[in-house]
Amino acid sequence: MADTDELQEAVIKGDAKAAAAATQAALAAGVTPLSIVTEHLVPAMDEVGRRFECQDYFVPEMLLSARAMKASMEIVRPLLAASGAEPIGRVVIGTVQGDLHDIGKNLVASMLEGGGFEVIDLGVNVEPRRFIEAASSRNAGLVALSALLTVTMPAMKTTIDAFAAAGLREKVKIMVGGAPVTEQYANTIGADGYSESAAGAVALARRLAAA
Amino acid sequence: MSRLLEWLENGLLITDGAWGTELQARGLEPGALPDTWNLTHPDRVEAVARAYVEAGSQVILTNTFRANRVAMEGDLDAINRAGVEISRRAAAGRALVFASIGPTGKMLMEGDLAPEQARDAFTAQAAALAGAGADALLIETMSDIEEARLAVAAARTTGLPVVVSFAFDSGKNRDRTMTGATPEAVAAAMVEAGADSVGANCGVGVEHAAPICRRLRAACDLPLWIKPNAGLPKIEGDAVRYGTSAESFASHFAALREAGASFLGGCCGSTPDFIRALVRARCGSS
Repeated sequence: MADTDELQEAVIKGDAKAAAAATQAALAAGVTPLSIVTEHLVPAMDEVGRRFECQDYFVPEMLLSARAMKASMEIVRPLLAASGAEPIGRVVIGTVQGDLHDIGKNLVASMLEGGGFEVIDLGVNVEPRRFIEAASSRNAGLVALSALLTVTMPAMKTTIDAFAAAGLREKVKIMVGGAPVTEQYANTIGADGYSESAAGAVALARRLAAA
Repeated sequence: MSRLLEWLENGLLITDGAWGTELQARGLEPGALPDTWNLTHPDRVEAVARAYVEAGSQVILTNTFRANRVAMEGDLDAINRAGVEISRRAAAGRALVFASIGPTGKMLMEGDLAPEQARDAFTAQAAALAGAGADALLIETMSDIEEARLAVAAARTTGLPVVVSFAFDSGKNRDRTMTGATPEAVAAAMVEAGADSVGANCGVGVEHAAPICRRLRAACDLPLWIKPNAGLPKIEGDAVRYGTSAESFASHFAALREAGASFLGGCCGSTPDFIRALVRARCGSS
């Protein structure tokens, strides 16, 4: 499968044009849309995550890879929808109320999408009510909260408490992350999981989706 | 001799500590934009600046970190000018005022910000800060060398001394910026960009600052600006606390001066008490 190896290569190198071309070539050669995701995009983004962990890659390289992955997903997504394939999970993601930072949140959203999740990105400064509405209306099993500032971290707790108050806490798994967030804080506020990095967030989301 | 070197003729200068938490202690809502207070609550902003001057800060910053037009909206010209005026009033000639310029919050390489947009935003902010009488411009908490280059070029058009400082908080050893830049790469690029001083602020805590300071020192001859966090934030109940006390923060004074710091202060989690402790540490060690 020379063509699909090229796809992995293109995503790992962060070459969006090559990724789109390799995706088209793979489809033309009869590779199914689902296996493009599971056998090529997911392993490629796993490799990107591994390189990030090893400090071979930093945020810029991950962003380029995420963009290349998206170029492929844009071709594959309509085909997947038409074939009725289900994503491995649906995630509502956003930066919590009062916080306008989106670099980390965007990266995690891209990595989750590359990891086979359907991602509903609510953007920045998201009120608890909007997380709840999106999770209920889209039937999402996962909610991912981001905060960059110590002063906006408490909005994570507010959001988790709002899910509980709405009687929906048992229906969703809530994961949290962002520069000042720690495992200890995640436990304190009753989150279901914490990840230190975007790559780790994908592994965490898979665990939570399977739980 | 450059103005910056003249200021440093008598040795290391002690700068200030965090502003955001001090403003919150005076009623700023968590998550609200501190910079807007320059227009709505100038007296409370001035109280923070004055607390640092009284603690012994020889250099204070301005409450203008986010006031570039990519990062926030509003009458930024007025916010920036008021920010400098407030700090100058508080300094009253007893401290220098270095006006703060933070990052845009967008990533150039992600393509949602054109280099010209970043350059124009920094140029407008630098002009407003310089016009209001700042002594120098401080570009701080940068992650991306390319964005910092644009900011330094914009700041240099004012003719004021330009300090540029990066946040080293990534990688296994916490010695890279978010974009993966090493102290060596930062130093080389900022010398080339024409900065008058380079440094490290924020990051992951004072205990990581000395090694980074030494590496910057080895990589260039510019005066070094060092302003670390007071450790990592911890949560106690609903409050966010930083792990390092003023005394233990100041216990790093000698090591940081030894490592080559010319300007020394604190970032997130530090207070006027931290500055008082640094002043005491300097008296005790010189």
